[in-house]
Amino acid sequence: MNDRRGFLGLIASGAALVAAPAWALDSNGARALIDRSLAEVYAVINSGKAPAQMYRDFEAIFARHADVDVIARSAMGPVARQIDAAQFAVYKAAFQGYIGRKYGKRFREFIGSRIEVTGARPLKSFYAVSSVAYLNGRAPMEVEWHVSDKSGRDLFFNIIIEGVNMLASERAEIAAMLARRGGDVAALTADLQQAG
Amino acid sequence: MNPLLPIALLAVLTAAGCASDPQMRDGVLIDDPYEAANRRVHAFNKGVDAHVVGPVANRLKGDGADAGPAPQPGDPIGPVRMMANAGRNLSLPGKALNGLLQGRPGNAGMNALRFATNTTVGLGGLFDPAADSFGWTERDTDFGETLAVWGAPEGAYLELPLIGPSTLRDTAGRVVDIAIDPLGQVLDAPERRAAFALRVGAKATDRARFGDTIDGILQGSADSYAQTRLIWLMNRRHELGEESADIDPYGDDAVIDPYE
Repeated sequence: MNDRRGFLGLIASGAALVAAPAWALDSNGARALIDRSLAEVYAVINSGKAPAQMYRDFEAIFARHADVDVIARSAMGPVARQIDAAQFAVYKAAFQGYIGRKYGKRFREFIGSRIEVTGARPLKSFYAVSSVAYLNGRAPMEVEWHVSDKSGRDLFFNIIIEGVNMLASERAEIAAMLARRGGDVAALTADLQQAG
Repeated sequence: MNPLLPIALLAVLTAAGCASDPQMRDGVLIDDPYEAANRRVHAFNKGVDAHVVGPVANRLKGDGADAGPAPQPGDPIGPVRMMANAGRNLSLPGKALNGLLQGRPGNAGMNALRFATNTTVGLGGLFDPAADSFGWTERDTDFGETLAVWGAPEGAYLELPLIGPSTLRDTAGRVVDIAIDPLGQVLDAPERRAAFALRVGAKATDRARFGDTIDGILQGSADSYAQTRLIWLMNRRHELGEESADIDPYGDDAVIDPYE
């Protein structure tokens, strides 16, 4: 299995070399993406806007700098293969709003905090950007960002906070929400529009 | 204490060895043969949290645990913060001992130094001059980590009543921690009860500080048991420096690769 994947990976990287665009992702590019995303997030946190408006701003930052398509797909798991493009698009939009609200609600913890990007390194087929979050009255937290250019743009697709993997956690959550609706994707989508 | 230690160790090593059926779920290895029993304990813990711990913690919140933006090091601290400091201070001798058992004398020394400073200059641990004046911060550890350093397997996931998520290895660690606590050797029974109450109090202030996160998981999740288990295991393994899988959604069998 691993061998086969390794072999396919080799072909894929060969193909990537042939098609390599001039802006191919490197450590600096990955790091720049996270620096930019963090600057935008802190601008919203410090804007003093109403929370509901802030959640919409966070959602827009997420849509701009994260690979929402692959995150939403991965969170849904194998079911994403069975639904049509239109159904997936509605689910993806609902998922994006849910993430903006769910993680946006934590903004108060970040008032007066700072996150320092400390480095970037290649990992598997992507890049890992490491950072340290200094929050009030807490021990510094390790936050790692995974960045890929496989979408055609440099986008992050996972955040790991002190070992807690957002993609893994959302996979479990979406699976539970889907199970609660007996596998009905339309009902899951409706729930996601309210959740977070 | 002497006969207890090897027995507990033997128990965890054998029990962890015959772990039943670990599975990869959501990219994380989960070994939960007692899931049905664990879920009942989880429902109980969730009820206790909603009706007792959460409300108490939220009232504590007003006092220094999480009050206002950016408390500065020089700010005066309230009674809740003092209780939290004193409670944490009492855990330091045990943590220093575990540091030694793990072969990490630097961590052990830091915790011992903190305990000596805060117990004296910090007026019995109410204040934290070790961190505020000298920058000596706590090196959090326990006997569960010591067992991990010694190579004991993690064992099955357990949710313990009132205490919450754990594993077989960490549960054995908790028992041993009580047995080997150096403080337990020097305190008499009423003092031990007072020390225990302070340490529970310190935990309650943690609950106040992480309240929104905990509420979000317990009340906001479609399956709070599975979510708690996953998040706790990932975080614990990270703390112990154990391997975790990096999810690659682009090369994942379970996902269509939209870029191919």
